[in-house]
Amino acid sequence: MNAPLALLKMRFLTGLQYRAAAAAGVLTQFFFGLVFIMVYVAFYRHAGPAQPMTLEEVAAYIWLQQIFFTFIMLWHSDYELFDLITGGGIAYELCRPWRLYTVWYVKLLAARLSACALRCLPIAAVVLFLPEPYGLSLPASPEAFLLFVAALLAGLLLVIAISMFVYLSVFWTMSPVGSILLIAVAGEFFAGMVIPVPLMPDWMRQIAHLLPFRWTVDFPFRVYTGHIGAQEAIAGIGGQLVWLAILVAAGRWLMGRALRRVVVQGG
Amino acid sequence: MRLYFKYMSILFKSQMQYRTSFLMLCIGQFFVPFSVFAGVYFLFERFGGLPGWTFHETALGYGVVHMAFSVAECFARGFDAFPRLVVRGDFDRLLVRPRGTVVQVLGSNMEFTRFGRMLQSAVVLGIAAGGPDVGWTPAKVITLFLMIAGGVIVFCGICILRASFCFWTVQGLEVMNIFTDGGREMAQYPLDIYAKWVTRFFTFIIPFGAVSCLPLMYILDRTDGPDLMYMAMPLASLLFLAPCLLVWCIGVRHYRSTGS
Repeated sequence: MNAPLALLKMRFLTGLQYRAAAAAGVLTQFFFGLVFIMVYVAFYRHAGPAQPMTLEEVAAYIWLQQIFFTFIMLWHSDYELFDLITGGGIAYELCRPWRLYTVWYVKLLAARLSACALRCLPIAAVVLFLPEPYGLSLPASPEAFLLFVAALLAGLLLVIAISMFVYLSVFWTMSPVGSILLIAVAGEFFAGMVIPVPLMPDWMRQIAHLLPFRWTVDFPFRVYTGHIGAQEAIAGIGGQLVWLAILVAAGRWLMGRALRRVVVQGG
Repeated sequence: MRLYFKYMSILFKSQMQYRTSFLMLCIGQFFVPFSVFAGVYFLFERFGGLPGWTFHETALGYGVVHMAFSVAECFARGFDAFPRLVVRGDFDRLLVRPRGTVVQVLGSNMEFTRFGRMLQSAVVLGIAAGGPDVGWTPAKVITLFLMIAGGVIVFCGICILRASFCFWTVQGLEVMNIFTDGGREMAQYPLDIYAKWVTRFFTFIIPFGAVSCLPLMYILDRTDGPDLMYMAMPLASLLFLAPCLLVWCIGVRHYRSTGS
């Protein structure tokens, strides 16, 4: 087995050890999902059902967001990587015969996969059976479900490529705060984490469509409910892969630059 | 009390040693909840309103809850970070000193970067208070401050309760985040839009309703009953604080050192 795959497996198994944290996460996510849906129920009660999304679609959007929370949140901070940079551990990493970008990418991927493996099934099992309007509806069709899985996975790869820039920025700033945090917050907003993209005002939706963030959250979830049709979904997955290629290439280039002038901290 | 202010000034000075980092974090704290508020605003723009509530009325409740939360996070940070104190065994040192444990834990940590968050809440409160729906009188202003103070007490109570559980579990209980972060997310909207059982739980067990929704009715002139009752409602938070402190005291007696 080659190195990145072995690392992926190892990290995945490590991640599975944190079961108590996952149980707490499940309960929290469940509570947040319920609260958000109740808020939307109230909004729809006031304004009537004629909206860009039905209440059922919004509920599915919110539950998927809670179920796959660890897949989609931009700010899944791995302090180990920060410490590598600020603590000088980077020197050891550089001695090893592998490509640093790939290794870090795999580490982040494994952390998200294992966190999700522990959380997604319990939440999904409950919310699929909740009564209307709080429950998660079934996918629009079998094809929609398959496309959703593909879009979700592509979105996952994309999220990690984006979050990699946060880690890379630490090479220059030495602390993961301030302006970087702002980018993460804006990114989550434009991804549809705060409110679904179709419910934003027009001008804001246009900005969201220009940025890569919405491909990670908004797009897969709307494929699930059939809000985005099959044809458009296939084109969309193509779009996701293009963004992925661009961001990974940019990330590698930036890391190359960072490493050329890296200062090993600490002693 | 003198001791507490002494703690406060020392912690403030020590955090000011890293001035750039402090300012950056403050700015970050200003903008992070901003996206949440933007979300609320856009939802109101899309849907026009909530049943029985306009945007400005909701924003008033939102401002109160977030203000209370950030003040509590700033000053009750010691209880927030309490698990670390227990895990490292540092709590032993607090016990041998001839002062109360609550004051010492409160003074062990404060997070002044939350000023950014307070500022943001203040801006929201300003926007809401300038709205067309409220005729302000001195009594209403007093009620508003009572609401914020009551909210701070409620959040502090939850923090103390969460910290108390550490005496038994050693590890912090993340589930309690439901009541701090979750309570904040929930109470930022008027409580009566939720299902009945949720509203009841968060009014009678954890009195968020008593510090936000009900006194808000008085400020908006929607009371039916004696005004004084609505005005005094935030005092219910003290009723909540008492059992929390009791659990804390029982916990302290139960404490076994973990350190070396």
